[in-house]
Amino acid sequence: MSAHSDPASARPGRWQPAVTQDPILRKHGAQGNGPLGQPVSRIEGPLKVQGKARFAAEFPYEGLCYAALAFSTIARGRITTLDTAAAEAAPGVVLVMTHRNAPRMKAPSLMMSSPTAAGASELPVMQDDQIHWNGQPIAVVLAETQEQADHAASLVRAEYAALPAVTSFDDAKKTPRQLDNILGQPPVVEIGDAEAALKAAEVRVDQIYRTPRHNHNAIELHAATVAWTGDELRVHDASQLLDLTAGQLADIFGLEADKVRVSSPYVGGGFGGKCLWDHQILACAAARLAGRPVRIMLSREGVFRIVGGRTLTEQRVALGASADGRLDALIHTGIVAMTTHNSCPEQFTFPTRHLYAAKTVRLAQAVADMDMVANTFMRAPGESVGTFALECAIDELAEKLGLDPIELRRRIEPDKDPTSGKPFSSRHLIEAYEKGAARFGWDRRSPTPRQRRDGEWLIGMGCATATYPYHRFPGGAARIRLTAGGHVTVSTAVHDMGMGTATVQIQHVAARLGVPLGRVTFEYGDTTLPRGVIAGGSTQTASVGGAVIAATEVFVEELLKLAGNDSPLAGLSLADVETRDGGIGHRDDPARFESYESILRRSGRDELSCEADAPPPAEMEAFSMHSYGAQFCEVRVSEITGETRVSRFLGSFDAGRILNAKTATSQFKGGIIMGLGLALTEETNFDPRTGRIVNASLAEYHVPVQMDVPSIDILYTDIPDPQAPMGARGIGEIGITGVGAAVANAVYNATGKRIRDLPITLDKLM
Amino acid sequence: MNFTINGQSVEVEADIRSSLLDLLRNTLGFTGTKKGCDQGACGACTVLVDGERINSCLALAVQYQGRSITTVEGLGADGSLHPLQQAFVEHDGFQCGYCTPGQLCSAIGMAREIERNVPSVVTPDLSSASIAVDETELRERMSGNICRCGAYNGIIEAISEALVKTPASRAPATQATPSAQQGARA
Repeated sequence: MSAHSDPASARPGRWQPAVTQDPILRKHGAQGNGPLGQPVSRIEGPLKVQGKARFAAEFPYEGLCYAALAFSTIARGRITTLDTAAAEAAPGVVLVMTHRNAPRMKAPSLMMSSPTAAGASELPVMQDDQIHWNGQPIAVVLAETQEQADHAASLVRAEYAALPAVTSFDDAKKTPRQLDNILGQPPVVEIGDAEAALKAAEVRVDQIYRTPRHNHNAIELHAATVAWTGDELRVHDASQLLDLTAGQLADIFGLEADKVRVSSPYVGGGFGGKCLWDHQILACAAARLAGRPVRIMLSREGVFRIVGGRTLTEQRVALGASADGRLDALIHTGIVAMTTHNSCPEQFTFPTRHLYAAKTVRLAQAVADMDMVANTFMRAPGESVGTFALECAIDELAEKLGLDPIELRRRIEPDKDPTSGKPFSSRHLIEAYEKGAARFGWDRRSPTPRQRRDGEWLIGMGCATATYPYHRFPGGAARIRLTAGGHVTVSTAVHDMGMGTATVQIQHVAARLGVPLGRVTFEYGDTTLPRGVIAGGSTQTASVGGAVIAATEVFVEELLKLAGNDSPLAGLSLADVETRDGGIGHRDDPARFESYESILRRSGRDELSCEADAPPPAEMEAFSMHSYGAQFCEVRVSEITGETRVSRFLGSFDAGRILNAKTATSQFKGGIIMGLGLALTEETNFDPRTGRIVNASLAEYHVPVQMDVPSIDILYTDIPDPQAPMGARGIGEIGITGVGAAVANAVYNATGKRIRDLPITLDKLM
Repeated sequence: MNFTINGQSVEVEADIRSSLLDLLRNTLGFTGTKKGCDQGACGACTVLVDGERINSCLALAVQYQGRSITTVEGLGADGSLHPLQQAFVEHDGFQCGYCTPGQLCSAIGMAREIERNVPSVVTPDLSSASIAVDETELRERMSGNICRCGAYNGIIEAISEALVKTPASRAPATQATPSAQQGARA
């Protein structure tokens, strides 16, 4: 049998976000919350280390052909000649698709513009002769082998009539554009007259900070294997937004939503980049035209050409303070590059909205429209680069005030959200600083730069605040299926790109239902499952949590019905009971208990299946909910070469309850390591003359390698957030925040040089 | 073309332009070996040829005829995990798992280089009869394998435990090691 929730009913005992707590926070039972927090190894680990986890480009199909793309070499204009004859005549070529013969397709809709929109841009895909960015796909070649496809794609010849293109940020920012909103938040926040307060302040810092373009550079190249059967489309994707991709592809090709199935059980890294871009759409179109299944795997250059990254920012942070270290004025404004066909404004003012108390505040951000590939979300969009500017400025202010930077943060710690006025659900930033400082040996830092040296190496320490918001996305559902043998399967179309989703949800379900880990299966990564949320914004775990809570309520109510009057549970309702020890028991009476299997057996059922939608995220409306952290860095800077080496790093986090000590530690470290790249080496070089990315390779875009990364120490408060499912806030993104500033502040402490322009390369320190 | 792959003799017809990587993945179905850049910059495609690690994306398949190639699928014996594979799982030496086959093959090739006393750029004494391997040596020697998820610490812990003993991994239990410090609650 199966049961569905009735979302309209507010039943006693049900979790009401912002009103009641997730019942797991007050659970009894022999097991209690046993599996939660334990350092359980990744459930899919053995498959991954044997090379048996099948990624998107690894699904075999009869008659499969391989795709290769040709890219435009101008930034704006139209194609005047597109000669595909040589490509068509090349050995093994099955099809050359251009705007002339591509099927007619609706343009994608921008992500968040509707519940099924997944477009990174709203430009039509290969439907006309117009060129909108340097690197836009102009032809797709299908061939029997990858070598044949690559060769034929190199034979496509194009000529263009170029139009004037905006490819210089310095030009573009002369005509800033104000957006109506920044991801639903006001683009400008003003409390009092901050500029006047700044002028009048006893101590002032007023600086410009710049961060460059970045690319995600997940090691798995973007790939998809696609096949049509009549009007049904099957897509093996590398995706962090399964349901949106299926809905958007259905819309583009004019199909019923249930005719598109997208699956993505393993994703070789995402970081915001594994969404819906032109390559999946082109592969589906070419497969339809050729009548054959298609595999597309972008080259690394192709990823840089058609998958956007993080945009560049130019930020002003101005702080006015009294001599005793209180903020009179907090100003954070600036501009980022964007396009007219996407909406991704790199919300760098977001951290400043919630971190520090100030008498007056001015926050504002605008965009500068450029002709470039649509920029997109990349790990902690906004917060990663916004904390660089803000936290460097705080460090500069602390020095001017003659205060320890941690002491300054203690003096500006707010008692409620400084811009919304809402209460914090749970905030332990200062505690994270204190624990981190003690462990790191912060007291050994000299407040004066250039005081420690080891031969040619100047040594310094820096710290910075990390922060990332809690979100729980609405719209997710979960199904719980219990068999007579006592096995529980929980299903929802979410994603595991290495975050540990499956492992943590198995721990969660085991703890919530009081069953051993070995009796829980978590199904995910397939649009045939109950609708899931996207893997973005550090939201997945809490969002799944909300859906599983709702499904558990239906599950318990159904079991209570089935238990009937012959059970120790007779007469009890949802509000009276809890799930524990493999069954249902009275909250306050250990004697009144019946196991799940017993209830199923007595009622003659083989299985029970219950599905429910997560309740809307009312907690986000009622509370200011954020994770926090204190990042500590020690660097060694060569006085001869200007080379910076990170010798020690510690992250001390306050992210609610930690659900798996092993995978969470890895995720924090992974964020920090990407932050070390942001601080020291990473930059996508965009030629302002041509609008072309000139370092479109892993040889010339420098992500941190093993030798760049010291042994990183991770601490966490592990204090449950009373408003969040499981008490847990997301942890996928906070790790990268604050790292750029912690490194820059350490470099200043070592050398006496303030670098306000990332990355901190050798030339800037010479 | 003829190869020995994971101990099995393989005969296959292939495009003379095929890299060893594409031959393994597309023609022979050994999809455990991964493509991350196709230009020798990331190390995801690392395989062992007669025990030596190479980037299979930079290798033309035709040049490796008659050689013995080991991929990630051939590391474990009789379906069980190689000790290094097990250590990667225990020390969380990966997140997404995409670079992992290359990391594993690279580490095994690296261990043989150390056995042969091949120095690295950080080896302090090139004339020494036996290289003292510490974590810096391991990090330097594993820097050709990029992990964008950032599992670098876990990778070194796994290698130190299962493959190449370092002073830290040989230290008595009372001494704090990086793994003992991980995830400690504040």
